[in-house]
Amino acid sequence: MGMKMDRRGFIGAAGAAAATAAIGGPARAAAPLKVGFVYTGPIGDGGYTFQHNLGRLALDKALGTAVKTSFVENVAEGPDAERVIRQLAQAGNELIFTTSFGFMDQTIKVAKAFPKVHFEHATGYKRAPNVATYNARFYQGRQVQGQIAAMLSKSGKAGYIASFPIPEVVMGINAFTVAARKVNPKFVTKVIWVNTWYDPAKEADAAKALMDQGCDVMCQHTDSVAPLQAAQTRGIVGFGQSSDMSKAAPKACLTSTVDSWGPYYIRRAKEQIAGAWKSADTWGGMAAGMVTLGAYGPGMTADAKAAADKIVAEIKAHKLPAMVGPIKDRTGVVKIAAGAKAEDKDLLGMNWYVEGVEG
Amino acid sequence: MAWRIEPRAERSRALDLAAPALAVAATIVIGSLVFSALGYDGLGAAREIFLSPLADPQRWPDLGVKSAPLVLIAVGLSFGFRANVWNIGAEGQYVVGAIAGTGVALAAYDMAGYWILPAMLVAGALGGAAYAAIPALLRTRFKVSEILSSLMLSYVALQLLYFLVRGPWRDPQGYNFPQTRTFTDWETLPAVVPGTVLHLGVPIAFLAAFLAWIVLRATVLGFEVRVVGLAPAAARYAGFEADRTAWRTMLAGGAFAGLAGILEAAGPFGQLTPQFPQGYGYVAIIVAFLGRLHPLGIALAGIVMAVSYVGGETAQTTVGLPGAAAGVFQALMLFCLLAVDMATRYRLRRVAPAPSAAGARP
Amino acid sequence: MNATIVVSIAMSIVAAATPLLLAALGELVAEKSGTLNLGVEGMMLLGAVSAAIVALTTGDLWLAAGAAALAGALGAGLFAVLTLSLTANQVATGLALTIFGQGVSSLVGKDFVGREVHRLPEVFPAALAEHPLARVLFGYDAFVYFSVAAALAVAWFLSRTRAGLVLRAVGEGDSSAHALGYRVIAVRYGASLFGGAMAGLAGAYFSLSLTPTWAVGLTAGRGWIALALVTFSGWRPGRLLFGAYLFGAMMIFELQAKAFGLTLVPPEALAMAPYLATIAALTIISAGRAGANLRAPACLGKPFRATA
Repeated sequence: MGMKMDRRGFIGAAGAAAATAAIGGPARAAAPLKVGFVYTGPIGDGGYTFQHNLGRLALDKALGTAVKTSFVENVAEGPDAERVIRQLAQAGNELIFTTSFGFMDQTIKVAKAFPKVHFEHATGYKRAPNVATYNARFYQGRQVQGQIAAMLSKSGKAGYIASFPIPEVVMGINAFTVAARKVNPKFVTKVIWVNTWYDPAKEADAAKALMDQGCDVMCQHTDSVAPLQAAQTRGIVGFGQSSDMSKAAPKACLTSTVDSWGPYYIRRAKEQIAGAWKSADTWGGMAAGMVTLGAYGPGMTADAKAAADKIVAEIKAHKLPAMVGPIKDRTGVVKIAAGAKAEDKDLLGMNWYVEGVEG
Repeated sequence: MAWRIEPRAERSRALDLAAPALAVAATIVIGSLVFSALGYDGLGAAREIFLSPLADPQRWPDLGVKSAPLVLIAVGLSFGFRANVWNIGAEGQYVVGAIAGTGVALAAYDMAGYWILPAMLVAGALGGAAYAAIPALLRTRFKVSEILSSLMLSYVALQLLYFLVRGPWRDPQGYNFPQTRTFTDWETLPAVVPGTVLHLGVPIAFLAAFLAWIVLRATVLGFEVRVVGLAPAAARYAGFEADRTAWRTMLAGGAFAGLAGILEAAGPFGQLTPQFPQGYGYVAIIVAFLGRLHPLGIALAGIVMAVSYVGGETAQTTVGLPGAAAGVFQALMLFCLLAVDMATRYRLRRVAPAPSAAGARP
Repeated sequence: MNATIVVSIAMSIVAAATPLLLAALGELVAEKSGTLNLGVEGMMLLGAVSAAIVALTTGDLWLAAGAAALAGALGAGLFAVLTLSLTANQVATGLALTIFGQGVSSLVGKDFVGREVHRLPEVFPAALAEHPLARVLFGYDAFVYFSVAAALAVAWFLSRTRAGLVLRAVGEGDSSAHALGYRVIAVRYGASLFGGAMAGLAGAYFSLSLTPTWAVGLTAGRGWIALALVTFSGWRPGRLLFGAYLFGAMMIFELQAKAFGLTLVPPEALAMAPYLATIAALTIISAGRAGANLRAPACLGKPFRATA
């Protein structure tokens, strides 16, 4: 432990010198900023972790020799995470991104032992002077998807494969359904909870069950491309999740909601180098470039494309909140009064479903 | 002329001790060749995975924490394995032990007192033992293979955990995330070296290995276990019943696994989550064999396994090795040990082809 | 309309059951000969990744299936050398094989993640499978028919052929089989390799048909269900066929019930059902007066070394 503190002291001092010298100081020129990433899945998951790693690569590309990034993949949430985060801090990383909700307590714990290292925890809610949190407004992609789904669906029913009923997933389902019901007030979203983030065969089977029930647009909040492929086999359409899934199911994929972490990673690394890093809570969406749409597939009609582009423009201009009242829950109780809009804190604690959600 | 493999009359003591070292050396050689062929820095990979965690004192507490559950579970299993009782469901007993101990923790959530933590540990050990009693009962009463029943029960235990953390035990303040409340200070294992991750469970695990060694060497139970495993017929003459041995070793294995479970829950985890089971119950089987079913060997093997985990993480950041490489090295290590092990038990001899060799192995 | 749903559910069950059936059939033969290989999941992953790589690079699906069988057999070969020739412990080696398969598949597959694999075609012309009821019979790819045929072939092999008799004799009493002049180790090698090839094909069914792509951990634990299935079947191919479809049906009905808006029991209870059913079946078989041929092979998991 003593040794560790000495080492940290040295690096911390170097960091402080860099901060006062601002960008391009001699200390910084000699030593690139070391940035560490902790991933919950393998970078080969083709989804959530894959996208975080693309963000890291974007950071490498943007800042070149000014940064030196490294990552540890497939880290189990729990004690393993704590060990890996500590190891990255001890290895001299001055900025560490922990990219899964399940790393929250471990990040806070390690951050206490390394007050000079800056930590960034994704999708959590606990902060400290040296721990910032960041998240993306994934629901904005759902707003676009809901609009497209309602325009293209003949049955007025979308299938939605969901992982766990945590606020992020619940708000996505609600944002999707609210957007769809603006187009078709009778629109229904049928949800199957598969209780997993990743089980391709089970996700595909869930998709088939939903299609059997008449759903003709497929939506998912799980990581594999399987639901989209199942949709393609039956000749229907759907949306990609996390990454651009058009390569795995080119005919079925209308578009994908793409997690785009690169802009955030680049901004924060630049702030760190400039000595301007501050703990903050960032919840960025399309305007910040943190949520983008994948390529439009062949299933998109000209109308749908135009409508999608329009919604994206409105979201970027902050003119389209996720939900504007009156909005009732499934039992008919008004949850958001007429004219009011859902605030961020309402979305982040959301545990009820809007009218039109089934399952 | 032909070659024949035959048992050595006496086990070679020198080879016995050298085998694990030889196996690790072979793993390093084969591993670095394979990873070099795949376009990675093979030598660097082997160095990072097997040496760097040992060379860096900052990593030592990590090695202790990572090896503790493996050692504890493997020592518990080794009793049974020596007596030909194949409990391979330690993963389930580990989970149920953690569940039982967590039950106490959640019930005592609003209370304070030094009794809470010991009560949790006792509940954990009892929970693991009770869960191991199922395959023991099935084996002794119905002649059901404990290999299969204990393995199946592991999956049942996982689902039980999922049910609890998603349902009745879900943290009411946890935003619907599937996890229990975090334990209070009264329910959390203290650090043995303040300021490090070394929690009380680590010395407990290694102490258990030491005690197990004493028990195996110096008590009737140890003798019984060895005799039943080596010579069932002789054991019956000595008055050792196979069923009684099966019960005892299964319960011991379950209790050790259950204790490991609650130590992990009350130590580094501090709560139960769906990510709690990490396959320690299965890896411990490999550790038990790496340690040759000897408690002290298991303690060493547990540390070697921990080195490969921790080193696997270091190798990702230092030489850019993929995370999956650590698993490949671990599997290679066991394969090599099993192969090298051969040399300590058998020898190769040149024999003239015998006319009666029809049924013998070529 | 209703008939369409029923047909579609039936076809989903068949698809879910097929990889279980393939992998479990291979493991059944291996276990019948006395070897317990817990590396099924690892061999399935080796098969899945090999099939995806070959399909993506050559475009030849049959070559891909062959590669998968070969990859699975190679994994089983490793297991066989260690446990049969070197008499290593089968449980530990099998578990290590699973870790090995997970690691190797994720290493070699890293450049192929998420790319669309051309899906296995249906065997019969679409015209034949137009009517919903005809589709239940004629609407599948070759793996489905192969798996059912393989179940029948294994049943015939084990009960009606001399080689099958020898294989069972080796599994029931290795010393006596050896004394009778049978080559115990050679038989077990053959059975293990067959088991590996079938597990490889089961993996290939994921990357070529169920979810035609490669991603790390694609089989998501189905290998363990296949292991349970072998036990559930009482080591009988006929029951295995039934069991595979039963397990498949349980997986599908859970999701269908949810899509229908029903949650009858907690999903965890359904997920543990196959394993509980297996334990129950095992207990009934072992405790009851069922024929000895329903019990576990006597030499299952035990090493053999010729002493002569």
